[in-house]
Amino acid sequence: MPVIERDDAQIWRRRTMGQSLVRWFGWLLGVAVFVYCWQLISQSTTWFFVWDAPRIANDIWTRATPPKWDYITQLGRPIWDTLNIATLGTIIALCLAVPVAFLAARNTTPSALFIRPIALLVIVSTRSINSLIWALLLIAIIGPGVFAGVIAIAIRSIGFCAKLLYEAIEEIDHTQVEAITATGASRWQIMAYGIVPQILPAFAGISVFRWDINIRESTVLGLVGAGGIGLQLSASLNVLAWPQVSLILIVILVAVMISEWVSAKVRGAII
Amino acid sequence: MSYRELDDMLGKGWRKPAFVKNPLLRWALFLGFFAYLIAAFMTIDVDWGRVYEGLDRGWAFVLAFTSPDFISRWSDILSGLLESIVMTVTASVVGILISIPIGLGAARNIAPLPIYMICRGIVAISRALQEIIVAILLVAIFGFGPLAGFLTLSFATIGFLSKLLAEDIEAMDKVQAEAIKASGARWPQWINYGVQPQIMPRLVGLSIYRIDINFRESAILGLVGAGGIGATLNTAFDRYEYDTAAAILILIIGIVMALEYLSGIIRARVQ
Repeated sequence: MPVIERDDAQIWRRRTMGQSLVRWFGWLLGVAVFVYCWQLISQSTTWFFVWDAPRIANDIWTRATPPKWDYITQLGRPIWDTLNIATLGTIIALCLAVPVAFLAARNTTPSALFIRPIALLVIVSTRSINSLIWALLLIAIIGPGVFAGVIAIAIRSIGFCAKLLYEAIEEIDHTQVEAITATGASRWQIMAYGIVPQILPAFAGISVFRWDINIRESTVLGLVGAGGIGLQLSASLNVLAWPQVSLILIVILVAVMISEWVSAKVRGAII
Repeated sequence: MSYRELDDMLGKGWRKPAFVKNPLLRWALFLGFFAYLIAAFMTIDVDWGRVYEGLDRGWAFVLAFTSPDFISRWSDILSGLLESIVMTVTASVVGILISIPIGLGAARNIAPLPIYMICRGIVAISRALQEIIVAILLVAIFGFGPLAGFLTLSFATIGFLSKLLAEDIEAMDKVQAEAIKASGARWPQWINYGVQPQIMPRLVGLSIYRIDINFRESAILGLVGAGGIGATLNTAFDRYEYDTAAAILILIIGIVMALEYLSGIIRARVQ
């Protein structure tokens, strides 16, 4: 126990001298990095605009209120598109994520040496790139529209769903699988009766959870031209129609809240 | 299961129990889902000719991954990446620092009701607004550049971290905190010795996870002018320079993988 002696009395210390020195230098380094980074940001900022910000914010607020309520008649189709992008994207993603998850899980992969790393690479690479970037890419390839949005959401969701699903597969109760194996079941029968019933609740939970996230993401996909309500948002922003922008933002907020509520209800019912 | 049910089941073949027990609800869900799918497919218009034309470009992009071009736009890539990293570092530090008091305030077992309501309100607003939408508004207010991105990421960090932190505090062991209180500790001492040691491992883990997310998000903020690698990536796509785009994507995936690996090590150490 590190102690310090002062006036013939031993006083308890939490750390030894060396430990506190290391910590002190760690903090110093951290603060130095932060200050340096902040300076870089500060250099590339026009501070005049920042000091002017409250006035601008106030200006935008007065322009944006009240929202242009009758514009809502034109938002029906975009909202429907957004819903389709999220739902169809999630369904496609799940169809692709299930095989990837089975290939990536340690206890079901056919080959831990060759196939598992490939499956993990698919998971990491699809997960680490945002759906907006996928949309950007797909628009260049298959043209702007709802279809590009669906595919972008699908690709982005594969990694997320497969990762959660393969973790669920790795955590299954092995005795049930053994029991099915002992009856003389084939490989596919083991899969269908030993493994699938155990991961079905997790699967349903993951799909609803991802659907909820996808609703959020698909609302902004239109900014790069991939359909949905984001298209209306970027069009309104481009012509500085702030009352329309505020109405679209309200609609997006409501949609996100409804999807979150549905997702929470369904997951509550499953778990 | 009663004997009667067992008697009824004797001599009949076993069937898998259905996932949704109520048959009426099951078929209604199934039919409703099917009807929705048909409606969704009817309204998505896919220009298959355009998709077919784009396949060449898609293949060119896949090929670009085999020969990524890091060199010809290296200075642009480097400055973009550096800006992304700078934004990630500053936004994570500021976001974590702000979200700790808000997280404390949003925990019902620590905070009095008025403070709880205010902090929960902040968390709800921050979580409901998409990063990209916040970035658009902040770019409009503060002008182009990394400052808007920094503010966006900080704002998003607050919602994420405070909520999870508050949930962790609410689930903590009350006994330890009470023991500290019984020793006559003041409120800051009570937080420091009774609460903080219990939530520290999770706070570290969540913070590192959030740094990871912040980097990923900083890669797309450039699309709306909020600084970072996204602007470079967007330009590369617009100019059909797939080899440069592939290089940027490989760098993003690499950094995300490194961060994930690092966070795995650190989380394993603190827990």
